[in-house]
Amino acid sequence: MKKKPKLAVWKFASCDGCQLSLLDCEDELLAVVGEINVANFPEASRAVVKGPYDVSLVEGSITTPHDAERIHEVRRASKFLITIGACATAGGIQALRNFKDVKEFVSIVYAKPSYIDTLNKSTPISDHVPVDFELRGCPINKYQLLEVISAFLNGRKPNTPTHSVCTECKRREIVCVMVAHRTPCLGPITQVGCGAICPAYHRGCYGCFGPKETPNTSSLSDRWAALGVATRDIVRGLRTFNAYADTFRKESETCESEEKVSR
Amino acid sequence: MKKSSGTKTIKVNYLARVEGEGALYLKIKDRKVRDVKLKIFEPPRFFEAFLRGRDFREAPDITARICGICPIAYELGASYAMEDICGVKVEGPLRSLRRLIYDGEWIESHVLHMFMLHAPDFLGYQDVIQMAKDHPALVQDALRMKKIGNRIMVLLGGREIHPINLKVGGFYKVPNKHEVRALTGDLEWGRDAIIRAMKALAKFPFPDFEYDYEFIAMRHPEEYAIIEGKLVSNKGIDIPLREYDNYLIEEHVPHSTALQTVVKGRASCHVGPLARYNLNFHQLSPIAKKVAREIGLGPVCRNPFKSLLVRGVETLYAFDEALTIVKSYEEPDRPAVEVKPRAGTGYGCTEAPRGICYHRYTIDDSGTILDAKIVSPTAVNQKMIENDLWNFVTPNVDLPQEELQWKCEQAIRNYDPCISCSAHFLKLELDRE
Repeated sequence: MKKKPKLAVWKFASCDGCQLSLLDCEDELLAVVGEINVANFPEASRAVVKGPYDVSLVEGSITTPHDAERIHEVRRASKFLITIGACATAGGIQALRNFKDVKEFVSIVYAKPSYIDTLNKSTPISDHVPVDFELRGCPINKYQLLEVISAFLNGRKPNTPTHSVCTECKRREIVCVMVAHRTPCLGPITQVGCGAICPAYHRGCYGCFGPKETPNTSSLSDRWAALGVATRDIVRGLRTFNAYADTFRKESETCESEEKVSR
Repeated sequence: MKKSSGTKTIKVNYLARVEGEGALYLKIKDRKVRDVKLKIFEPPRFFEAFLRGRDFREAPDITARICGICPIAYELGASYAMEDICGVKVEGPLRSLRRLIYDGEWIESHVLHMFMLHAPDFLGYQDVIQMAKDHPALVQDALRMKKIGNRIMVLLGGREIHPINLKVGGFYKVPNKHEVRALTGDLEWGRDAIIRAMKALAKFPFPDFEYDYEFIAMRHPEEYAIIEGKLVSNKGIDIPLREYDNYLIEEHVPHSTALQTVVKGRASCHVGPLARYNLNFHQLSPIAKKVAREIGLGPVCRNPFKSLLVRGVETLYAFDEALTIVKSYEEPDRPAVEVKPRAGTGYGCTEAPRGICYHRYTIDDSGTILDAKIVSPTAVNQKMIENDLWNFVTPNVDLPQEELQWKCEQAIRNYDPCISCSAHFLKLELDRE
């Protein structure tokens, strides 16, 4: 009998939502565990099988000195390392600290800051170790997760498109919220994967899958400004769950400095 | 392992089948418990800090990211707090839709915990995957119930995790009558399935353990409180939300990145299904009360291990209430109430699957958040979990190491701890002397 490939799930700073996506595959879960050996998945099991692992799914960002060490152990124990979600791929919502002074943050939340050991920045996994594939989303799409696991176990490239949410809107025949209702939308610069749910629910995309391939971010902020969105709100819009993703970060910094100049 | 003197250590370095990261340290000397520490090493994420300077309308989406298991608790808690500040009430069908999506989250979260995280402990399995080999029908039914909870989340929220359709004032888009009525068949199946499953769960071996807890839950005059109400306890608390900070205070201890809650002038308290059940039993629906009695639960239950059954009662209640809402739903004429910012401080609290989840915000006239305080249910339960372990281990001190360790883990899982939420959680070390 062929040996089942070993899957491990690792958590860093995160909300647990992306690994929950695996347990949310209600129809597929029993089939998946029939094909693979879930060797290390503490959220679901007490049993731990020693590494090395064929595929490691890494959730969360690096925010503590201890985690910055631990990720290297995970890398050494993994044949393929796949980051799942906006935290692991771009630093997550907790990367909002990267734009501020973390010491001030600690003192706002904790009465005794000396108990807290934290890094100045929340950084994606790829800043620390080589990553074989990055799966986007806050949270990830569970069907994309199944596709990626299946692709790696079968030695092929995952089929996860990198075009914009706009393309998906057109395909689903969703009326453009920005054109029809003047609703500010990040769809033109955001990677698809969610199924364009926000526009389908009559709201603007808020960028939870992060930047698409080669996004024209400055054109997007110009368009938002033309809709009457204040610069500080454009900065807020770009600084949510993928705030520290390169292109979103640069554009928000540009907007912020222009605002300072215009004052 | 020796029964005589000598220091003994049980170490669980990374607690499994809980959401998030935590550990437990237990020291036993001369067959007496000397120290219990629930260590939370979930990295701090500073939500309360980076909410400052954000727009009040952003709070539901941002705070949802505190927890992927119970995002509705955060989205709605934040929304209610902002509506409190701005003097807005969300009523009628929009309020019913809020109850309905919360029923969905209760079903999805309770079923996940009961069958996939907690039940394996009672039957001696490492996980649900092993349990499924011997109990395939139970697990398949559980997966289908969980999926129905998620189906509600998807219809009303757009997706299961971090739903996108909730906002301060209501929803971006409301479903039509036909889409909502279409849930009926699934909900009826779910209501029957949870009753079947509870009869199986009621035969599990429950450790003989009770404690005279101070239970805290919300209470509403007309319903089993989930989204709105005052705070009550069985030891005298009866207060509006704005009094929360005068009664429940947070302490910062070195072994935890979560702040521990205690009742001012008293001790730790217990929130969650057991608290709600004991305080508001009379408001459960007739079928939920009937099935509770049939499986041997009275109106008072102080055995935390039986929280498994109480979650079943609440799951049944959620299916039942969802059916009532679905059958009478009429589409509202607008998806949300308009909310204009005004300066002030407001409060929101909802019953997350794990217990009360408290929000307090201060905003200025332009709607910018000046201050935020969020207390997750696991942060409140944290000290009570340590207390339970202390009391549970004492009479069980002579159990073999592996068995005692597993039972301690099970005692922690009684609370369905969500450590990601709390740090703002788990590893077990047991020192025996």
